[in-house]
Amino acid sequence: MATATHEAHTLLAAGQTHASISATVGELALARRFGGAWRAGLIVALLLTLLLAFGIGWLLVYGVGIWGLDIPVAWSFAIANYVWWIAIGMGGTFISAALYLTRAEWRCSLSRYAEAMTVFAVSVSGLFPILHLGRPWFFYWLFPYPDVMNVWPQWRSSLEWDFFAILAYLVVSILYWYVGLIPDLATLRDQAGSAWRARCYGLLSLGWRGEARQWRRFETLSLLLAGLAVPLVFSVHSMVALDFSEGLLAGWHSSIFPPFFVAGALFSGFAMVLALGIPMRRRLHLEAYISAAHLDNMAKMLLAAGLVVDYSYLAEIFSAFYSMDRYELALTVHRFSGAYAWVFWGTILCNFVQIQLLWFPRVRRSEAALFAISVAVLIGMWLERFMLIVTTLYRDFLPSSWGMFYPTVWDLAFLAGSVGLFFLLYLTFVRVAPVVSMVELRKLVHQRLRRASGTGELP
Amino acid sequence: MSAPLYGLLAEFETAAALGSALARVRSETRYAPEAYSPLPLDADAGARRDPLPLAMLCGALLAGGGTFALEWYSAVFDYPLNVGGRPLMSWPAFLPAAIEMTVLGAVLFGVVAMLIGGGLPRLHHPLFALRAFERASQDRFFLLLRADEPGFEEHTARAFLESLAPLAVHTVPR
Repeated sequence: MATATHEAHTLLAAGQTHASISATVGELALARRFGGAWRAGLIVALLLTLLLAFGIGWLLVYGVGIWGLDIPVAWSFAIANYVWWIAIGMGGTFISAALYLTRAEWRCSLSRYAEAMTVFAVSVSGLFPILHLGRPWFFYWLFPYPDVMNVWPQWRSSLEWDFFAILAYLVVSILYWYVGLIPDLATLRDQAGSAWRARCYGLLSLGWRGEARQWRRFETLSLLLAGLAVPLVFSVHSMVALDFSEGLLAGWHSSIFPPFFVAGALFSGFAMVLALGIPMRRRLHLEAYISAAHLDNMAKMLLAAGLVVDYSYLAEIFSAFYSMDRYELALTVHRFSGAYAWVFWGTILCNFVQIQLLWFPRVRRSEAALFAISVAVLIGMWLERFMLIVTTLYRDFLPSSWGMFYPTVWDLAFLAGSVGLFFLLYLTFVRVAPVVSMVELRKLVHQRLRRASGTGELP
Repeated sequence: MSAPLYGLLAEFETAAALGSALARVRSETRYAPEAYSPLPLDADAGARRDPLPLAMLCGALLAGGGTFALEWYSAVFDYPLNVGGRPLMSWPAFLPAAIEMTVLGAVLFGVVAMLIGGGLPRLHHPLFALRAFERASQDRFFLLLRADEPGFEEHTARAFLESLAPLAVHTVPR
C-alpha cells in the first residue's frame, strides 16, 4: 500500500487537480498556435505522403513491377513494411489493454497516444498487402460476398486469414480508441471557446453528458474491450506469422513463428511508443503526466520484449543445426555470410547488442539515450523482417532458381511515404485531440484524494 | 417561472459531496436522482443489471458462428474443391477467420449497446442549455431531480436540494 501510494505520486506530479488536468491537456488541443517544429514536421510528412500517393498512382498504372520484385524474390519491401507497421500497432494495443487488465497505474498517461499510434500504424500497414495484390482494385474479392462469378475465397489460405485478421484488428482498434476518447471530446466541447469548435467536438462526443449510467456502461465496455483486445493482438500477429510458416520454405516453415512474431511486434511497438513519447513530452510540456518513471518502465518493457526476440533468434539458429536439415542449415549459413549478411548483422546489432544498454538505470533515465535506442530498435525490426523475407527467397531449393533482390527507387519511396503518412496522421491527432486521457488522469487524482482522506478501500 | 421545467440541478465541488448527497436523496426521498461527473464514480448503484455483456456475447456468437457457417456452406456445399482428397469440412482451417469475426462482432455489439444504453448519440439535451453544466465534463459534480417524475413538486424539491449544501441549485428549462 505504501509503495502503491509512492508510485502514484511519481507517476503524476503533485498538486494536480481535476481542473488543472482539463486546463493543461484540454488547452493543448484547443491552443491557437502550435510550435514551429510541429509545423515543419507536418510539412515534411505531407510531402512524403504526396510521394506515397504519387507512387500508388504509378503502381496502379504500371503494376507491382515498379518495385524490385521478381522471381525468386517475389515478396520484399511491401511485405516487410506491412509486417513492420502492423507490429508497431500491436505494441500500442498491448500497452493500453494488458496494463489496464493488470491495473498498472502508469498506463494512464500513455494509453491514449499509444492507441492512436496503433490506429495509424494499422491503417498504414493495411495499404501494403492490398497494393501488393497486383490488381489492387479487386481487393474486395478477398471478402465473401454473393458475386456473379460463383466463387468463394479459399478459407484454408493463410492470406485469407490475414485479411480477416487485419479487418477485425483495424475496426477494433479504431473503436477501442474512439470509445475512450468520447468523454474527453465532451470535455473539449465544453471548453471550446468558439461555436464551430464546440459543434465539431459536440458531434464527435455524441452528446456525452457524464451521466452515471453512461459511465457505468463506459467502464464495463472498457474492461471487456481490453479483455478482448489482448487475445486479439496475439491472434492477429500470429496470423501474420502464419503467412510465412504455412509456406514450405526453409527459414519460414517453423512453428516458433507465431510467438516469435508476437514478441517482435511488442518489441517494435514499445520502441515506437518511446520514440513518439519522448519528443512529444518535451515539446508539449507533458512532464507532469509522462514522468521519468514512465520512461523507465517503458524501457524495462522494451528490454524484456527484446530478450524474448533474442531468445527466438537463438532458438531458430539452434533448431536449424539440431534438425540437420540441409536446406535449413544452408539458409542459416547464408544469413550469416551471404549477400545479405549485412542485414542480418545489422539486425543483431540493433535488436540484440545495443538493447543490453537498457540494463543500466543511468541509460533508462536518459531521454536522449532512450530515444536513440528505440529508433535503432525500429530500424532493427524493419531489417529483421526484410532479412526473414529476402534471405529465404533469394536462395531457393534449386541453385538454378537463385537470384538477388535489388530495391528500386519506388521501394524506397513507398517506405518513406508510409512513414510520412503515419506522421501526418499522428501530428494531426496531436493537434486536435487530447494526447493524454483526461478521464484516466482524473481517476488517478480521485484515487489519490481517497487515499489521502483515508476512506478509500484498498485491496 | 412559466417555462416548462426539465428538472432541478444541484452543483457540488467534490465527488465526496455528490456521493453523500446521492445517499441522502435515496434514503430520504422517493426521487430517482441522476448523477453527472467528469469521471466514473459508481454513482449508479442500485440500477438494474447492465445488459452490455450479454449484448457482446450475442454479437460474438452471431458473428463467429455466422462466419463459421458461411465457411462450411461455401466449402462443403456451394463450391466444394477437392485438393488431393483432403476433407471438405476442414474445420481447423476455418477457425482463424471465425475467431477474428467473433471478436469483431462482440466489439461492434458492445459499442452499440453502450451507446443505446447510455442514451447516445444525442444531438441536444436540456442540460446543454445550462452554462454551468459545462463543468460537468471538467471538474464539477451534479445531481439532477427530474420534473417528470411522479410526485415531483418544485418547491419541496428545491428546498431539499438546498438542504444538501450544494454550491448552487440551477433550474433546467425543458
